[in-house]
Amino acid sequence: MTSAKTELEGFVAEVVDRYGRDRRNLLQVLRTVQDQQGCVCDDAVQTVGQAIGVPAMNVRSVVEFYSFLHGTPRGQYDVLFSDNIVDRMLGKEGLMARLCERLGVEPGVPRADGRVTVDNTSCTGMPDQGPAILVNGLALTHLTPSRVDTIADLIERGVPLQKWPGIYCEVEDNVRRRDLLLGTPFIDGSGIRAVLAQGPDAVLDEMMTSGLRGLGGAGFKTAQKWALSRAAAGHEHFVVCNADEGEPGTFKDRVLLQGHANLLFEGMTVCARVIGARRGFLYLRGEYRYMLELLEHTLAQRRRAGLLGKGILGTEGFDFDIEIHLGAGAYICGEESALLESLAGKRGVPRKRPPFPVTHGHDNEPTVVNNVETFSAAAKIAANGGAWWAAKGTATSPGTKLLSVSGDCARPGVYEYPFGITIQEILDDCGASDTAAVQVAGPAGQLVPKRDFGRKIAYEDVATGGSFMIFNHTRDLLAVVRNFAAFFAHESCGFCTPCRVGTSLMRDLVEKVATGNGTQYDLEEMKHLGKIMKQASHCGLGLTAPNPVLGSLDKFPEIWTEKLKSKDFEPAFDLDGALSEARALTGRDDVHAHIA
Amino acid sequence: MPEKIKVATASLAGCFGCHMSLLDIDERILDLVQVVDFDRTPITDIKKVGPCDVGIIEGGVANAENVEVLREFRHHCKILVAMGACATNGGIPAMRNQFTLEECLRESYVEGMGIENPMVPNDAEIPLLLNKVRPLHEVVKVDYFLPGCPPSADAIWTFLTELIQGKPIAFPYTQIHYD
Amino acid sequence: MSDQQTITIDGREVPFTEGQTIMDAALAAEVYVPHLCHNPEFVPHGSCRLCVVKVNGRFQSACTAPAAAGQVIDNSSDEIMDMRRTLLQMLFVEGNHVCPACEKSGRCQLQALAYYTGMLSPHFTHFFPLRRIDASHPDVVLDFNRCILCELCVRASRDVDKKNVFGITGRGINAKLIVNAASGKLGDTGFSVEDKAFHVCPVGAILPKHKGFEVPIGERLYDQQPISVVGDVAAHDEENAHA
Ligand SMILES: Cc1cc2nc3c(=O)[nH]c(=O)nc-3n(C[C@H](O)[C@H](O)[C@H](O)COP(=O)(O)O)c2cc1C
Ligand code: SF4
Ligand code: SF4
Ligand code: SF4
Repeated sequence: MTSAKTELEGFVAEVVDRYGRDRRNLLQVLRTVQDQQGCVCDDAVQTVGQAIGVPAMNVRSVVEFYSFLHGTPRGQYDVLFSDNIVDRMLGKEGLMARLCERLGVEPGVPRADGRVTVDNTSCTGMPDQGPAILVNGLALTHLTPSRVDTIADLIERGVPLQKWPGIYCEVEDNVRRRDLLLGTPFIDGSGIRAVLAQGPDAVLDEMMTSGLRGLGGAGFKTAQKWALSRAAAGHEHFVVCNADEGEPGTFKDRVLLQGHANLLFEGMTVCARVIGARRGFLYLRGEYRYMLELLEHTLAQRRRAGLLGKGILGTEGFDFDIEIHLGAGAYICGEESALLESLAGKRGVPRKRPPFPVTHGHDNEPTVVNNVETFSAAAKIAANGGAWWAAKGTATSPGTKLLSVSGDCARPGVYEYPFGITIQEILDDCGASDTAAVQVAGPAGQLVPKRDFGRKIAYEDVATGGSFMIFNHTRDLLAVVRNFAAFFAHESCGFCTPCRVGTSLMRDLVEKVATGNGTQYDLEEMKHLGKIMKQASHCGLGLTAPNPVLGSLDKFPEIWTEKLKSKDFEPAFDLDGALSEARALTGRDDVHAHIA
Repeated sequence: MPEKIKVATASLAGCFGCHMSLLDIDERILDLVQVVDFDRTPITDIKKVGPCDVGIIEGGVANAENVEVLREFRHHCKILVAMGACATNGGIPAMRNQFTLEECLRESYVEGMGIENPMVPNDAEIPLLLNKVRPLHEVVKVDYFLPGCPPSADAIWTFLTELIQGKPIAFPYTQIHYD
Repeated sequence: MSDQQTITIDGREVPFTEGQTIMDAALAAEVYVPHLCHNPEFVPHGSCRLCVVKVNGRFQSACTAPAAAGQVIDNSSDEIMDMRRTLLQMLFVEGNHVCPACEKSGRCQLQALAYYTGMLSPHFTHFFPLRRIDASHPDVVLDFNRCILCELCVRASRDVDKKNVFGITGRGINAKLIVNAASGKLGDTGFSVEDKAFHVCPVGAILPKHKGFEVPIGERLYDQQPISVVGDVAAHDEENAHA
């Protein structure tokens, strides 16, 4: 056996041990292996599989599911550009081309000397301070041409990331408007004290009174979720916080995690007390890796303060602790059942439902999965009472909502509003003028035209998990749709037919029309395809993936029709281009070697 | 007597099997010629397709000449029919899509068995190959598909008679097959 | 309990018992609900989406949706059939299906469903993916061109054979079948024609070597009768195996 192999085995054994030889930690193990080795090579796949007791094939299939894991080496510096439409509007494409040129690399291809890779990734959650990149998993913001040049230089000189100018890695909060959640005081422990003093039933009642609905977007009644999970029989109950925040244009959870983690952990602890959980998990998207130490630190502080761990606040039998699991670049892992699969160290493929996580969640035990914002609100509701929350908002959407505002406006950032705020009021506050359209709720949501700016942010009107991207009249809205269609094709988990195949077909049709090669026939094709995806998909991703196309065809037909050829049909591919290989191989370039 | 329907046919990247099947409608062809006039077909020796009611094409699109003929048909025919597996999904010729064009040409002209003068020809008379073999509907709009390798004579008969009578085409179960 | 609970499928009353899915109830009552990834011997999967029906106006996969009293189910409207045909067309263009050159032709469930739904062409633009054939196993050919990712072999090998020979890797349109061997070759796994996993593939992706085109055209499983009458190919393979 070669010494390299022995070394790898030793290292893997150590990592697997650190993660308790628990196959549910496979993803965490693989992340660690990749951090150290630069990739999870075939040998590592075999070694990890053996050490953790998972067939090597399944280890490989996990590696090949997540965008941030690689079977072959990337560059020593792995630079990923956030490819959200807003980053693009801020100049991402030019900057990426510039960096590639400086470094002499092709996007996605490691440089021959192994120094660097430059590639795209889905929205990294920084569009209020983009263009943003990840370098070896760490977030960098506010990219400019001169920063790009410096970065190229740092990479060429092999300067370790820790020695790069600190300002590059600064992530601002940009909180622009505060309300119940961000603007009222909170004493750490007050939520837990409330639940200890009043008892779980009373707190559940308060939650019920508050009318709090899931702030991740779907709007399921939180009290009901907790009550269902609490009532469900199981060996153990779990609390899981969804901090995957993958919907492009959303970054409000990042702000809560970075500046208000105590609130979130308190909410999880309150939930634990209500449902009787002893363990909780924070599923943190890989893009937010830079916060890991900070969050671990907050958890440690809370343990010291008696707010976490054994006998919380001196209460016999109230044991609860929280573990952080990192994602690895997969939007689908924000879908709660896919998240649970990922939490178990598997591919993030959404489960069949029913059963739902409230009865069969983590480890098939009753589990509450809530969004970061939801838990944070729950902590305050526990402390302040349900009426306090319900006093704001609308009858069916009580309380407030954090919005992640980005795009064409003077003051991008996080805005907290009572539900019921109109789109126009938000635009006025953030200094958006000349607005043509707003994409609410991310690519899965809707593109709202100017005539509808009087509509309200609320579950009963325009629902959102928080993404609010603004486009002014100079923007090419078709570029927005293209970006979203490509996003869904990239992020489809591949489990079910309509989404696996449909998102790619849709992306190609959108490209065809957007590049001026489409006809009315193609628009009809897109409508039909979108309809089928909405009928037949297994989970929310496929069900919403056609929204950007169907929505814009409905609300902004002109952006499509102006691109159309007047003919009734155009080939599916570039005919003359399809002769390129033959021309090259035969050396011909005569008239018959072309198709006009 | 109503005017006869004008029909043209062609074989692109196919094996003429579909055309053979068309002839297999046997004595029914006598009924057919009562109502149908054939324009360009491999059996009539008319070289250029003229204005037609129906164009029936066998075979997929493998080279520049196929594209040209197909477009002419589309231009001249009110109704265009893809006949057979190759026209419908590329069929057997599309199995070359598993290889790069370079691999295909090297195998045929350079490395294959019994080659005398190994080189990829660059004769302007030889139609250039497309990177991939494509079914018709990826190049032009196709109005009807007649699957099968080849479609059975019965299926062709059902299709033609119902088309001529202006009925919606409804194949009985046994007439739809892909092989 | 004497009064049996029922659901209504295409106007027909179908009894069910607690815990059954719509598919279970339909199969028991011999009401055909099209499917590819479902096989009653295995845990439902819900990935092919062919069995999606409209339950009280909502689209749900019959193989995973629990039957509940009073459900009114549309399993054959033009809308549902159009959806199924379109899903089949997606599967056809996703892989490389050259039926005339496939030994499974005539007893392939994908093809039979396409006939059943009246699919005359694959309609979409073909992906023509590059997929190599794995002929490393002495008795079996694995042709990835025809795999529709139903995961029946995955489930059979994992749950019945306890061998974990097959798995799915990649994501999105790049999802693909793999086998559990460092070489990636079927011949280097413990796979055998005795395995359950050898007998469950609904298409021509897992085929025996040294056999081919034994049944004349016209006499094959789905040549004369539609799949709604004939049923799944796996059920018939079992019959053949015991015959
Ligand atoms: C494709 C997809 C992605 C999702 N991404 C997220 C996400 O990033 N964060 C989140 O909180 N919820 C996300 N959700 C919603 C979750 O499935 C789930 O509804 C939510 O975590 C429940 O928490 P809540 O009730 O507190 O909102 C996503 C759903 C889908 C279908
Ligand atoms: S809809 Fe898309 S993301 Fe969801 S299960 Fe199907 S393939 Fe996966
Ligand atoms: S697997 Fe079925 S559909 Fe695919 S080529 Fe074979 S017979 Fe045709
Ligand atoms: S090989 Fe056959 S059984 Fe296995 S996943 Fe593919 S289609 Fe299904």
